Amino acid sequence: MENAFGQPQNVVVLGGSSDIARAITKRLCAARTRTVILAGRNATLLGEAADEAQEYGAARVGTVLFDAEEPQHAAATVREAFEKMGDHVDLVVIAVGLLGAQSSDEDAADAVARLITINFTWPAAALAEIRRRLVTQGSGRILVISSIAAVRTRRSAYLYASAKAGLDRMCVGLAQSLEATGVTMQILRPGVVRTKMSRGLAEPPFTTSANEVAENVMRALATDNVVIWSPPILRYVAFLIRHLPTALWRRVADRE
Amino acid sequence: MSEVLVGWGGRTPSVSTVRVPRSEEDVARELSTGEAMIARGLGRSYGDAAQLSGGVVLANRGLSHIGPIVDGVVTVGAGVSLDELLAIALPQGWFVPVTPGTRQVTIGGAVAADVHGKNHHLDGSFANYVRSMRLITPEATLLVSPHEEPELFWATMGAMGLTGVVTSVELNLSRVETNQMIVDTDRFDDLASVMNEMRLRDVNYQYSVAWVDCMSAGKTMGRSILTRARHASANDVKHPRLDPPGPARLSIPVRAPSFVLNAWSVRVFNELWYRRTPRHEEGSIVPLGTFFHPLDGVRDWNLLYGRRGFVQYQFCVPEENADAISEVIELLARSKVASFLAVLKRFGPGNRAPLSFPLAGWTLALDLPVGSAKLPDLLDELDRIVITANGRVYLAKDSRLRPEYVSLMYPRLEEFLRVKSRVDPHGQLTSDLARRLQLVGG
Repeated sequence: MENAFGQPQNVVVLGGSSDIARAITKRLCAARTRTVILAGRNATLLGEAADEAQEYGAARVGTVLFDAEEPQHAAATVREAFEKMGDHVDLVVIAVGLLGAQSSDEDAADAVARLITINFTWPAAALAEIRRRLVTQGSGRILVISSIAAVRTRRSAYLYASAKAGLDRMCVGLAQSLEATGVTMQILRPGVVRTKMSRGLAEPPFTTSANEVAENVMRALATDNVVIWSPPILRYVAFLIRHLPTALWRRVADRE
Repeated sequence: MSEVLVGWGGRTPSVSTVRVPRSEEDVARELSTGEAMIARGLGRSYGDAAQLSGGVVLANRGLSHIGPIVDGVVTVGAGVSLDELLAIALPQGWFVPVTPGTRQVTIGGAVAADVHGKNHHLDGSFANYVRSMRLITPEATLLVSPHEEPELFWATMGAMGLTGVVTSVELNLSRVETNQMIVDTDRFDDLASVMNEMRLRDVNYQYSVAWVDCMSAGKTMGRSILTRARHASANDVKHPRLDPPGPARLSIPVRAPSFVLNAWSVRVFNELWYRRTPRHEEGSIVPLGTFFHPLDGVRDWNLLYGRRGFVQYQFCVPEENADAISEVIELLARSKVASFLAVLKRFGPGNRAPLSFPLAGWTLALDLPVGSAKLPDLLDELDRIVITANGRVYLAKDSRLRPEYVSLMYPRLEEFLRVKSRVDPHGQLTSDLARRLQLVGG
């Protein structure tokens, strides 16, 4: 069960080897988390993440392999993770995502479909199964990693941004659907985070580390806010981004 | 009916199927289904003790029978509140010998938490006044008392409903001549002086409690207001009356925004509260409800804490480690987290119940709004101070303890678990709290 500060004991992480997911898992284990089920694509990376969780205090760690390009198997992956837990699941983190390569992807139908599948379709399908299971449980929490990119698309990363925007909008509605179910939905919108996914990208203002994101998440678990900005100041930055006239937005967003 | 349930602190909601049994037979029938369940009274436990995510919650409000009072003994249904019992008992000159800070708890809840009051230093906790009770376990309907099934009787006291469902309690009442209290109030500039005074002269008063300002640091660290009282006799007042306390006159109509109670506003409140109290005042005559249950005057006061809610942290330490009290208050004052006037009280000896909270020494209760990023770790730090001092936290207030700390705080946990596995071998009686603290398998 989670405690009064939203700190869970039993956690499922989908996309468990991503840098942000690992940073969050470490912090959770240092607090109250004892059992972690990590799901991901790469067994080696998952193993590393599992060792790390144990180092930080997890008593039991299980792993599940899946491929986010196969949304038809998303429900089965969620089922497998819940079955490996074999107990009340307090928190499900969805950290599945792929940045892609905008310039080479944008004219390739398969690449576009793949990017949308990994960032939106697979998580959306998984969420349906997670929602069903947590509502039956009578309590639990879902944390979905979205992105500030979901706020407004830009020329240089519109594929990734539109997939995240789709997922983000779905989660806003999902959060509303979960009122009076005992289940809490939270959407994490980080800015640029220094991770293996963002390696080589320019660092705009308010770029953070995965550990800072994890700190913001820990604090937000206690507040139950539907949207978590990381760093928190992005809440105001996003307001500006949303309301800038297009011409101005394009000059700011796409200067290289 | 499916219902979202939370504790009084407003944290960790979960959905349970709520059923309202009206008789012992109803309760036995519910248990015979084998479904996981827990009883619930008025929901005044601060955390997750009276809810069960995805399971069945038996609301005890249907067990509302109050028998006649014969020679100060009354048999009451577990769902009767202290408020309802007093409404009948007080006009006949009888009082509940142990009452917590609110009348809005049920008799069943009072047993589950083995509640204590401002007279614990002399009179002990609720269990001391229970002559016997009817307890439905998954396998039997039993009468338990200190003489019959004593092991189960004591294992049930303070066990947060995990041994069975209490349906009725045979309770000793105490005599009073009026519904008034004679109160002495003193103000102290620091913690050492109030604790010294309590050590020396609490024994002269049936009721004693101190309010401590945990946000004041330095020389005024732990400045306090000590109120001590006894029941007014018929000779003490001009017009002796026995009317029961009335309903709440104020109510918090909506959830306040969470920022209302912050370190600054709470500090101002504490300051005003401290300053409005005279240094020394003797013999004020005060209605019983005002003395015992000041917060009952405001209905739904917990909504003041807003959507984020709050946690309560109550611990006790034995007399020889009383320094832990000042250690905790100093840590709180230094960390500058918002904490309302804390309640400090001396405990008399504990009882035989393995999970009963009080032990001879001191207890401190803190109300802390959720939101400060440092609060979770700060409370873990307090746990370690409490454990080092051979103390414990109160399960009825808990919503965040580490499961591995329970056996360190309650060294007789094993005794409880033995009885639990005897009367409830499948762990049918469980709660969100029991799962969180791993008190019950599954």
